[in-house]
Amino acid sequence: MSELTKLTLTGALEGLENGDFSAVELTQAFVDTIEASNQALNAYVVTTPDQALTMAADSDARRSAGNAGRLEGAPLGIKDLYCTKGVRTTACSNILGEFTPTYESTVTQNLWDEGAVMLGKLNMDEFAMGSSNETSRFGPPSNPWRRGSGNATLTAGGSSGGSATAVAADLCLAATASDTGGSIRQPAAFTGTVGIKPTYGRASRYGMVAFASSLDQAGPIAKTVTDAALLTEIMCSHDAKDSTSLDVETPDWLSHVNKGVKGMKIGVPKEYRVDGMPQEIEDLWQKGIEWLKAMGAEIVDVSLPHTKYALPAYYIVAPAEASSNLARYDGMRYGARVDGENLTGTYEGTRAGGFGAEVQRRLMIGTYVLSSGYYDAYYLRAQKVRTRILQDFETVFADVDALLTPTCPSAAFAYGEKTDDPVQMYLNDIFTVTANLAGLPGISVPAGVDNDGLPLGLQVIGKALDEATCFQVAGAIEEAASFVAKPDKWW
Amino acid sequence: MTERPTFTLKGDTGDWEIVLGLEVHAQVSSNAKLFSGASTQFGAEPNQNVSLVDAAMPGMLPVINKFCVEQAVRTGLGLNAQINKISRFDRKNYFYPDLPQGYQISQFEHPIVGEGVIEVDVEPAHGDPAYSFPVRIERLHLEQDAGKSIHDMDPNATYVDLNRSGVALMEIVSKPDIRTPLEAAAYVKKLKSIVVALGTCDGDMEKGNLRADVNVSVCKPGAYEKFRETNDFGELGTRCEIKNMNSFRFIQAAIEHEARRQIEIIENGGSVDQETRLYDPDKGETRSMRSKEDAHDYRYFPDPDLLPLEIDDAFIEGIRVNLPELPDQKRARFEKDYGLSRYDAGVLTSDAESASFYETVAKGRDPKLAANWVTQELFGYLNKAELELADSPISAVQLGGLIDLISGEVISGKIAKDVFQRMIDGEGDPADIVEKHGLKQVTDTGAIEAIVDEVIAANPEQAAAVKEKPKTMGWFVGQVMKASGGKANPQAVNKILREKLGL
Repeated sequence: MSELTKLTLTGALEGLENGDFSAVELTQAFVDTIEASNQALNAYVVTTPDQALTMAADSDARRSAGNAGRLEGAPLGIKDLYCTKGVRTTACSNILGEFTPTYESTVTQNLWDEGAVMLGKLNMDEFAMGSSNETSRFGPPSNPWRRGSGNATLTAGGSSGGSATAVAADLCLAATASDTGGSIRQPAAFTGTVGIKPTYGRASRYGMVAFASSLDQAGPIAKTVTDAALLTEIMCSHDAKDSTSLDVETPDWLSHVNKGVKGMKIGVPKEYRVDGMPQEIEDLWQKGIEWLKAMGAEIVDVSLPHTKYALPAYYIVAPAEASSNLARYDGMRYGARVDGENLTGTYEGTRAGGFGAEVQRRLMIGTYVLSSGYYDAYYLRAQKVRTRILQDFETVFADVDALLTPTCPSAAFAYGEKTDDPVQMYLNDIFTVTANLAGLPGISVPAGVDNDGLPLGLQVIGKALDEATCFQVAGAIEEAASFVAKPDKWW
Repeated sequence: MTERPTFTLKGDTGDWEIVLGLEVHAQVSSNAKLFSGASTQFGAEPNQNVSLVDAAMPGMLPVINKFCVEQAVRTGLGLNAQINKISRFDRKNYFYPDLPQGYQISQFEHPIVGEGVIEVDVEPAHGDPAYSFPVRIERLHLEQDAGKSIHDMDPNATYVDLNRSGVALMEIVSKPDIRTPLEAAAYVKKLKSIVVALGTCDGDMEKGNLRADVNVSVCKPGAYEKFRETNDFGELGTRCEIKNMNSFRFIQAAIEHEARRQIEIIENGGSVDQETRLYDPDKGETRSMRSKEDAHDYRYFPDPDLLPLEIDDAFIEGIRVNLPELPDQKRARFEKDYGLSRYDAGVLTSDAESASFYETVAKGRDPKLAANWVTQELFGYLNKAELELADSPISAVQLGGLIDLISGEVISGKIAKDVFQRMIDGEGDPADIVEKHGLKQVTDTGAIEAIVDEVIAANPEQAAAVKEKPKTMGWFVGQVMKASGGKANPQAVNKILREKLGL
């Protein structure tokens, strides 16, 4: 039965449709695999086997009644950032204690409405703040991939490390994730999976625990570009409960995956060639360029001159918004509380005890940059940089259809390698934060492996609302790369 | 219109003037809160009107209530103010248990309503006649109310009621154009009459639905005029803000106490600290709430959960064409159509109930007579009895009936006051009272002649003297009226007396 878990989302849906197996059988296979593997991988922080099997049985009934949804019977993992009714949701932070929402996020509701089955809640960096998943209250997941040269446990990236791990290790067909500065794309790149951050506003943020409201965006991590396209179509919707949700139709992205890139103009931004980037990544990028050329695309060198300011601007805007968004965790109404001698003592005890070091660091940075006297120099200036970065993209997109870049400046690193120096960790987001600052769609697709056999990803950044082109280019790269490597099962 | 009087307070070093600017918080009349669908119903059990958004549950997002935006625009139009087609919501960050989000959503840099101006009417007082003066409005913005902390239910705990949390408020900020405690109260009264007429706030100050923060500073004569010329706040004294006052009486008392406190500090060689103060009506003093040093750094920034609020001309015009008659328009109409003085018209149009009451009384009757009876007699009585118009024992129809009896010469004005008193005492319709007590005016000349004859016969000396001094006939009129029990028609009495006395 464990072969069932190796299926792609699309493949599994086909099998269900053909009656090759039932949703209960498929779900049971995942439940068993999770039970056998999760202790080693730590991908799930909550498992919901009973709920999953009930949902699967309901799904089978709907299918036999002829009422199958588009994800009917597909077992998925849900990042712990999404509020799930009746299932503990903590964004992997101690401060939320045993918080169990009485409500469902719009994105997950969209999945259940199409018949999907929930396997559990996936590990993540605390409040999605991190690039290695090490800030989780539950400890980090283990990347299923290991270097050919050693047995060090590697990070699956962050913040959606649990989602990437679960997908790469076949602990779900696909997973929801979220991306504020690269939290979908970087873990996808580190685990040989596909991850897309759609245009800001495509998917509702209602019921997603907020990190940085103007940057947060829901998206999937999946095994293939096709799976990612299908899941993105269902996750995205206009939602009156989110004022920043875009009132636009969700297109048929699935049909774009195999359209090819003939006649397209693909930009290659020179500013993404950074010092100290491993040669293997440089080579992979070049390979991507050659593939697209060979398939009939025109490659254009372009310039995004304000790129170097993106990371500093991001690390002002995101903490600023977080410092305000996380003020609600005060121990008064829900979550963990540490009683003090007086109100101030209770606030201090609750927040010092509930938030981890990285979250505290960012809350302090955010509070500082919004302070009177510093606001103009930091927050306002960062917002101006953001405008410039968007203008950079608009300028090049007048001429090209999409941009091709590496997803990250490195392959997956081992735990502890970057934790001592937060700036080193922040640098991992250098290629991904720009899409968040500009609100653009970005997809990471596995394109090869480094000398150690670790997967590497290429990123395609598209115009606002043009996920279609992202899927089209990513589909072409996926085909050209024919990336079939799988981690050797050590767990 | 009368000149605006100068208001001064005497100090040891000479005269002082005061300068006042007000921030009035008016709760928007709406069924739902500003950013959540929760009810705004007053008097619900604690924490019943609380949505997931109001309680700041994880992942919850604000969605603007369009009706509250309409109400703010409607109010802006009523204040003759600029409506800003693009405004923005900002977060004002601070920690308090009755503020679940840890921030209040407000409008800091870009309010929905910009500058405007209203005319404020001041009642006659301290020997000064009535006058009016303009107050410039700086801005009106929308913001959320906080919840309520209850400290007195338990000695060791504070309870929080979030029913108010997220309710829409309009903060209306004036320029420092107000110069006396009475003017401050008159300004709030005028704002109240405007928002009540517009239906954008119920104006219920007792429930705290309309409350004022007053900025008070003192200066030497001449400084304010320089400030108005240069707009340099350096010309004025340091101000203190007195928070959260919800009665006209407290507003006046607090300003006076605060101004005297500041004068005393300055005259003793000290300087006023800019701070927030609270008025204690029991002790009749203000005390410090927090100083400038303790002031929160609110870390305002644009709320990333909300897009800039954009409204178009059609939206504004749609509201403008449906505006009700405003107090100032109504007063102008009363002056023109009913021939009333500006002051009487102002009194009668200060609220919709008074105006409608008057219009019912005046319909088809002498408008000035009606105005006198409504403002002098009825309002005079209600004021003394501390009753609201709604609780008046006399209805508009009944008062109209009384005026009909006067105009129809069924009773005299003097008898009418008797009847009025009986109406207050609950004796019912004026015609019935007149009938029941036989108060009908005597117009039968024969009967009056008989009384006149009696009076002249009983007072031969006066009758002789009146021929020399015709002005003393008034004494005879009084005697005849007295003898008739006040019921004789005064015109008929005059006429017959003249004949009989040979004048």
